[in-house]
Amino acid sequence: MNTKVKKYKNKKYLTLLIILFAFSLNILISLLMGYWSYSWLPMQASEAAHYVDNLFAFETTIGTFIFLGCTGTMAWILIFNRAPKYDESNGEPLEGNLKLEIIWTIIPLILVLAISTYSTKINYKLNNLGSKIKYDIGQEIPISEGKEIFDYGPIDVVSRQWNWEFIYPNGIHSSELHLPLNKRTNFRLITEDVIHSFYVPAFRLKQDIIPGSVITYSLTPTKKGVFRLRDAMFSGAYFSQNQSNVIVESEDIFNKWSEDTVKKELQNGLNPAGRLYDKRLKNGNRGWATVVPAPPPKVQDKGIEERPHDG
Amino acid sequence: MTIINYDQRLVKTKNPDPKGPNDWKRFFSFNTDAKVIGIQYIVTALFFLLIGGLLGMLVRGELITPPSDLFDPTVYNGLYTMHGTIMLFLFLFPILSGLTNLLVPPMIGAPDMAFPKLNALAFWLVPIFSIILLLSFFVPGGPASSGWWSYPPISIQNPLGKMINGEMLWITAISLSGISSIMGAVNFVTTIIRMRAPGMGFFKMPIFIWTVLAAQMLQLLGLPALTGGAIMLFFDLTFGTSFFRIEGGGDPVLFQHFFWFYSHPAVYVMVLPVFGIFSELFPVYARKPLFGYKFVAIASFGITILSLIVWVHHMFYTGTPMWMRNLFMFTTMLIAVPTGVKVFAWIATLWGGNIRLSTPMLFCLGGLFNFIFGGITGVMLATVPVDIHVGNTYFVVAHFHYIIFNTIAFGIFAGIYHWFPKFTGKMFYEGLGKVHFILTFIGATLNWLPLHWAGLLGMPRRVASYDPEFAIWNVIASIGAFILGVASIPFILNMVSSWVRGKVAPPNPWNAIGLEWLLPSPPPHENFEEDIPTVLNEPYCYGLEKPFVEDEEFYINKSLKSH
Repeated sequence: MNTKVKKYKNKKYLTLLIILFAFSLNILISLLMGYWSYSWLPMQASEAAHYVDNLFAFETTIGTFIFLGCTGTMAWILIFNRAPKYDESNGEPLEGNLKLEIIWTIIPLILVLAISTYSTKINYKLNNLGSKIKYDIGQEIPISEGKEIFDYGPIDVVSRQWNWEFIYPNGIHSSELHLPLNKRTNFRLITEDVIHSFYVPAFRLKQDIIPGSVITYSLTPTKKGVFRLRDAMFSGAYFSQNQSNVIVESEDIFNKWSEDTVKKELQNGLNPAGRLYDKRLKNGNRGWATVVPAPPPKVQDKGIEERPHDG
Repeated sequence: MTIINYDQRLVKTKNPDPKGPNDWKRFFSFNTDAKVIGIQYIVTALFFLLIGGLLGMLVRGELITPPSDLFDPTVYNGLYTMHGTIMLFLFLFPILSGLTNLLVPPMIGAPDMAFPKLNALAFWLVPIFSIILLLSFFVPGGPASSGWWSYPPISIQNPLGKMINGEMLWITAISLSGISSIMGAVNFVTTIIRMRAPGMGFFKMPIFIWTVLAAQMLQLLGLPALTGGAIMLFFDLTFGTSFFRIEGGGDPVLFQHFFWFYSHPAVYVMVLPVFGIFSELFPVYARKPLFGYKFVAIASFGITILSLIVWVHHMFYTGTPMWMRNLFMFTTMLIAVPTGVKVFAWIATLWGGNIRLSTPMLFCLGGLFNFIFGGITGVMLATVPVDIHVGNTYFVVAHFHYIIFNTIAFGIFAGIYHWFPKFTGKMFYEGLGKVHFILTFIGATLNWLPLHWAGLLGMPRRVASYDPEFAIWNVIASIGAFILGVASIPFILNMVSSWVRGKVAPPNPWNAIGLEWLLPSPPPHENFEEDIPTVLNEPYCYGLEKPFVEDEEFYINKSLKSH
C-alpha cells in the first residue's frame, strides 16, 4: 500500500517536472525565434522599420509559444493516447471545466489587448499618413494645408500604368527616387489611371495611391543604399514591371545630384513595360487584352533599371 | 409512438420524390431530395477543384522562375484571377452547400429541407454560372484579369471596348452565385430553426448545426452588400454609370467597402462549417465528449458577430484614417478569442482520449495543426504596422492559403471521408485515404510555408515576374503545388472505386453518436419517415451512459434491419 502511494507521488512529480521542462524549453525556443525573426526581413532603412520589426519579433515570440504549446500537446496526445488496434473503448468522459474555459477566454483577450495597445502606440509614433484631398479630373492638383511636419519636400510621386515619375520641389523630373539621409521627407502621391501602391520593403511602408485623390505621406530614410520601390496594388498587365529604385544618399551627395540634374535636358525615363509591350506587338500581339502602356516619362535623370539593390 | 411537432406546412410534399428514379440518372435531374442535391453539389465542386487546381499549377509553373517566360503577363493575370474565382465560388461554396445539404436534415431529424424546390433551384444555378464563367476564357480579350477582388478602376478599363467581355461575364457569374447562396441560406436557416426533432433544443444541436446556422446567417447579412456592389460594378462597366468612376464623381474605394463587407465574413462562412466538422469528428475518433460544448457552440456566434465589423483590415493602406485603423485592428484581433476557445476545446477533447488515426481523423488533426499556424499569422496581419509592410505581399497569400486550403479543404476532406459510408452505403479504402493525406499534407506545407518568407522580404502578390532574390522560396512552393496535383489521384481513385465496388457500409461504422448514425446507410428518402426520434441529451456523450435519444435500441435495430 505504502509503495503504491509513493509510486503515485513519484509519478506526479515526474509529470510536474516534464511540464516545467516543456514550458521552459518552449520559452527558450520562442525567444530564439523572436531574435531570429529579424533576419527574415529586409534591411532596416527607415525610421519605421525598427518599430515594425520589433513588433513583428514580439508577435513571433508569442506566436511561437502558442503554436508550440498547442502542437506540442497534440504531439504528446498522439504519442501516448493512441488506442490499441481493435480497442473501441471510450476515453475518460470529461465534459468540460468552467474554470479552465474562463482562463482560456481571458488570457487571449489580455494578449490581444496588449498587442493592439502596443501597435496603436506605434501607429501614432510613425504618423506617416497625412491628408487625403479629393479633386476632379482636369482640376489642378490641390496642395495640402501644410499641417504635416517635414524637413524636405514635397516630392510628387506620379504613378501610371506602368511607370513611376518623381517631381522635386526645384522642378527635377526623375525616374528614380533620390532621398537625403535622415531627413523627414514629404510626398504627394498621385495616380493618373488606376490604383497603385507606393511600397518600399526596406522602409516597411506602403501606401495605396487612389485615383481622384492626392495623398500626402512622410517618412524618414535612415540608411544609405539602393532599395526597391514596388507597386503593390495590382494594376494590370505589366504590374510586375512597375518597379523603380529609391536611392538614399548623404545630404551633400543628394544636394550635388539635385544641382547637377536640374541643368540636364529632358529625356525618356525608365519604362520596362513599354519595351515588353513593343515586343508583344512585334510578335503579333498575342495574349489577352491590355490597355496600352503610358509613354515613358520625360525626365532629367533617367536612372538605371538593373541597378543592384540592397533590399 | 413519437409526436411530430415541427411545422408540417413547411414540407409540402409528403414524399420529396416518391416516383423519382433510384439510379444514377437522378443525379442529372431536377431532383428535390436534399441527399441527391448534396451529392450533386459535392461532385460538381470536386470537378471544379480539379480545374482550379490545374490553373493553380499553371500559375506556380510560371512562378518557378523569376522572369515571366511561360505565358504573356496578360494571360498570367487571367489565370490567377480565374484560379481564385473558381476555387472560391465554384469549389468551396458549392462543396460546403453540398455537405450542409447532406448533413442538416438527418442530423436534426428532418425529412428534407424546408423548401426542396428552392434547394434544387439553388443548385442548378451552379452549373449555369459555372458555364458562364468558363465561357469567358473564349471571348475576345480573354477572361476577367483583375484579381478576384475586381477592384475598379482596373476592372472597368475594358481595353477592347466590347460589350461582352471577360469581366462582364465574371460579374454576371458572381452575382448569380450570390443569388444561389442567398437561396441556400434562406433554406438552411429555416430548416434548422423550424424542423428539428422533438426534444432537440438549441443546446442539444450538434456543433455542425450551430456552425451552419452561424455561417448561413452571415450569408444573409453580408451577401446583399457584395451582390449590390457587383451590380453597380456591372453598370459602371457596361453602361458607363459612375458609382466607382472618378470621372463622374464616383469613388473607387467605395467598392472596396462593399466588397470586403461581405468577402471578409465569407471566409467565416467557409471556415465555420469546418469548425463544425472538427467538433463532430474529434469526439468520435478520440472517444470522448466534446470539451465545453456550450462554449464551443456560443463561440460560433461570437465569430459571426465580430466578423461583420472587421472588414476595413483589408484597407489599412488605402488612406484609411488613424482612428479607423486602430478600431478595426482591435475588432479583428478580438476574433482570436472565440477561435481560441474552439482550438483549446478541441485539444482538451483529444487529451486523454483513445485516439484512432483513421483518414478523417488525420485530415482533422492536419487541419487543426495548420489552422493554429494560420491563425497566428492572421493576428500578425491584423496589427496595422506589420500589415502595412506585409499586406498585399506573398505573406498574405501564404496566410490565406493556410486558412482556405490547409484548414478548410482539409476539414472538407475529413468530412467527405467521415460521412462517405453514410451517404453512399460503401466503405472507402483506408490505405488510399492515408496516401491522400500524406501527399496533401506534404504538398500543402511545401507550397505555402516558404511563401511567408518571400512576403516578409517584400515580394508583392499577383506578380507575373519577380526579382531573383525571391527565387528559392518560389521553387519550393511550385514543387509543393505539383505534389498537391499528384495527391488528387489517390483521392479520385478511392472515391470512384469505393463507390462502385467498395465493401457495404453498416449504419454506424465509426460507432458514433448522432441522429444520422441511427439511420441506415444510405438513409431512405425521408430519413426517419414516421418515427422521428425524441432527443434526450446533448450529443457527444461518449462514455457517459446518457442515451442520446429515447428508445435508442429501436432505431438501431430498425437501421440494421434495412441492410
